[in-house]
Amino acid sequence: MDVVLLSRIQFGITTAFHILFPTLTIGMALYLVLVEFLWLKTRRELYYRMYRFWVKVFAIHFGVGVVTGIILEFEFGTNFARFSQAVANVFAPLMAYEGMTAFFLEAGFLGIMIFGWNRVSPRVHFLSTCLVAVGASLSAFWIMAANAWMQTPAGYELIDGRFMVTRFQDAIFNPAFPTHLTHMLLASYETAAFAIAGISAWFLLKKSHPAFFKKSLYLALFMAAIIAPLQVVVGDFKGQAVAKHQPAKLAAMEAHWETNTEGGAAFVAFALPDMETETNRFSITIPNMLSILTTHSINGQVIGLKEFPPEDRPNVGVTFWTFRVMVAIGFLFLAVMLWGGVLAFQGRLSDTPLFLKILIGIQPLGFLATILGWVTAEMGRQPWTVYGLMRTSDSVSPIAAGNVLWSICMFVVFFMVIGFSYFYFTLKVLRSGPDLDPPVPGPHVPPDMITMNNEMSDREVA
Amino acid sequence: MDLVHVWLCLVGLVVILYVVLDGFSLGVGLLFPFAGNEAERDELINSIAPVWDANQTWVVFGGGALFASFPLIYTVLFSALYIPLLTFLFGLIFRGVAFEFRVNSSRKGVWNLAFFAGSLIATISQGFVLGAYLSGIQMDQNRFSGGAFDWLNAFSIMTGLALIAGYCLMGSTYLILKTTGNVQQRAFRQAFWSAVAVTGFLGIVSIWTPIHDMSFVSRWMSEPRVYVVWVFPVMGIAAMTTLFIHLKKKSEIIPFISSLFVFLSAYLGLQAAIYPYVILPSVTLYDAVAQTRTLEFTLWGVSICLPVILAYIIYSYWVFRGKIGTEGLYH
Ligand code: HDD
Ligand code: HEM
Ligand code: HEM
Repeated sequence: MDVVLLSRIQFGITTAFHILFPTLTIGMALYLVLVEFLWLKTRRELYYRMYRFWVKVFAIHFGVGVVTGIILEFEFGTNFARFSQAVANVFAPLMAYEGMTAFFLEAGFLGIMIFGWNRVSPRVHFLSTCLVAVGASLSAFWIMAANAWMQTPAGYELIDGRFMVTRFQDAIFNPAFPTHLTHMLLASYETAAFAIAGISAWFLLKKSHPAFFKKSLYLALFMAAIIAPLQVVVGDFKGQAVAKHQPAKLAAMEAHWETNTEGGAAFVAFALPDMETETNRFSITIPNMLSILTTHSINGQVIGLKEFPPEDRPNVGVTFWTFRVMVAIGFLFLAVMLWGGVLAFQGRLSDTPLFLKILIGIQPLGFLATILGWVTAEMGRQPWTVYGLMRTSDSVSPIAAGNVLWSICMFVVFFMVIGFSYFYFTLKVLRSGPDLDPPVPGPHVPPDMITMNNEMSDREVA
Repeated sequence: MDLVHVWLCLVGLVVILYVVLDGFSLGVGLLFPFAGNEAERDELINSIAPVWDANQTWVVFGGGALFASFPLIYTVLFSALYIPLLTFLFGLIFRGVAFEFRVNSSRKGVWNLAFFAGSLIATISQGFVLGAYLSGIQMDQNRFSGGAFDWLNAFSIMTGLALIAGYCLMGSTYLILKTTGNVQQRAFRQAFWSAVAVTGFLGIVSIWTPIHDMSFVSRWMSEPRVYVVWVFPVMGIAAMTTLFIHLKKKSEIIPFISSLFVFLSAYLGLQAAIYPYVILPSVTLYDAVAQTRTLEFTLWGVSICLPVILAYIIYSYWVFRGKIGTEGLYH
């Protein structure tokens, strides 16, 4: 195996592992902001306990997210030195801004968020939670700008093989960026909401701490109900943006070989694409649907993959299938939320066992969709690192393949140890349930009011 | 001062901030095995728990800032130092996850070991990186053209060991500041022995560096630098003397501050010996620098963000000021 393939494998493994963690922390930070807001507003002990419980999960996750993220920042230099040298003027400032605006904000206030309860006022504590959430989303802003620039480069001029900046506004707000960022943020919020909902559902089925987890579930489903439909709409925008700016990627995602000259293009619902013969085997198609989806007109023209020379085509099988599964998950989420809406209307949301079981079952799907979405986006961009301008094979560092093989092996072993321990400890934290003993800080609702409010009170929870 | 020099100073500032801030966190990790029991280990962990993440963030920002301002250094150095740099990261990973997992674990022994080993690996690899950087990098047409193990030589092994001593010094003087009783008493002894080791290593470096590479001496002795460089060794000796005196007096704050100055003097002394080169033997800062527009754009961000960051980092240190007890601060 050569350095190019090995470096790609390594980058793929390390980003895919990394992204699992930010996805949850970006969404969960928002959830914690909501919970703490409710705590400050109502001063109900329940919300304080909720915060302390979920923040434990958040903290473990955050730690792993940080240490895996640091690797990525270095890998551009260690593994993609030639790419980094060519794009540094445009690309690197975005990473520097990510560090300045996002990472310090998160790391600086995380300490207060976790350890600071008795050391700062409730307002300052709430502000810290908000700043961590803002930091997490800002991090997505910059890194998505950088990645979107690689998909649809703008604001540069090429001089002697190096990308020189002409306008930073154009480079950051490049054509792919708006949908890229929104889709990723929504993916994070959605994934976190379903993760929290699934965990809460598990406790509700076990009938442990019902009041506590009912509240957690409602809040999570409230988030999910808003996000799920939005994600499908933004996904559609995203598809159109890809069709416009990266036609080869779209054709591969849809296994669409021939440009339609007369009549609309058919949507391939199922197929085994074959790149050798440039055809689809066992395909099931829906006439005109692809034209409708990508151009919003019955007979709109969609460029086929055969317009591109074979060496410029991404892997059709992978992009086709990863894309389909992600979209299926998006619709599944939407369907579950529609059902949840009906149940909420009937007031049976938290005592319909089948619904709770489904919530537990679909819990990992957000993470899966996120990874598959990234594989679609990144594999669909191949064989380019900077779309249409710089090939992946010209991007790697001038180092021996042995180096990369060594580091891949190390990463695989490390990630297995870390992934396993992470799982083990998260389950342990979850299983031990909320901790109801430590005193509530700050001026709080007098105990008698809590008992008066007892429908949600902590004593009943216990 | 032109834009290029502003950036050179900025990158230098970020690097030294990382070195001293994560230096004391890593140092606490290095001293971890010497703690007598689990309660003392908790005390060590608690002393850095609220701040280590932010400390470590300086290396991330350092990477980003270097990439943006001197892309040639970033790309050449990182491919040349592939193995020690990734080993450094592996060490950081283990230290970080040990931190997160230890509190939740009932078998703390494993994570205690991971915390120590992670800190040790991260420290020694940083030392290798430093040694290799000072030894020069083989290049051809703006690209690294050497082998996978060029970084490994007697000099880099020595810098690796020296950094361990240095971080133990930072860690122990930090512990003097943050702890009481037994742990503090031990930290005083550890600080003394680390200071002895650091003095030894500084002596070795001062003799070996010119032997290792004569060009260091000629740069040091060149006009007008020769009028300034003597400041650094003098500062180092003064700081070291202050350190010993105040360790003896059992003063709590001054040892930490003087060990900061020891680091600062060594760092500035080396920088002065390299300037105007940024990759030895032949790449100068002007060869390595990014496009002016990029420097300007990023400088805007830095001049707004850096003061704010420093302000809230100082604020968070202030929130967690004072001595650390053994009761669970964590979670
Ligand atoms: C800022 C840039 C950026 C961002 C945010 C991501 N990637 Fe990426 N990715 C790259 C920049 C990049 C790259 C450095 O440009 C690679 C390496 C080789 C290549 O062609 O693109 C790449 C390759 C790459 C590959 C290998 C594709 C191939 O070579 O066929 C996979 C599977 C992923 N990435 C997956 C991901 C995932 C799961 C991400 C979610 C976080 C992700 N990428 C974010
Ligand atoms: C190649 C791409 C990426 C690089 C180079 C990268 C780099 C990093 C680095 C260096 C850190 C650690 C920061 C610290 O020390 O505090 C980090 C953490 C983080 N990253 Fe990434 N990252 C990448 C992809 C992403 C993506 C796609 C997202 C989200 C959209 C993301 C969101 C975050 C967040 C929220 C954190 C904070 C830690 C956490 O929440 O788990 N990153 N990343
Ligand atoms: C019906 C629903 C959905 C549609 C139509 C859709 C559409 C798309 C499209 C067209 C892309 C390719 C972007 C590119 O190649 O540049 C994409 C990428 C992606 N999708 Fe989806 N998606 C849907 C649901 C979801 C869900 C439910 C998740 C996760 C919870 C998700 C996460 C992602 C991610 C993380 C990416 C890569 C990052 C990005 O391009 O923003 N998607 N999606």
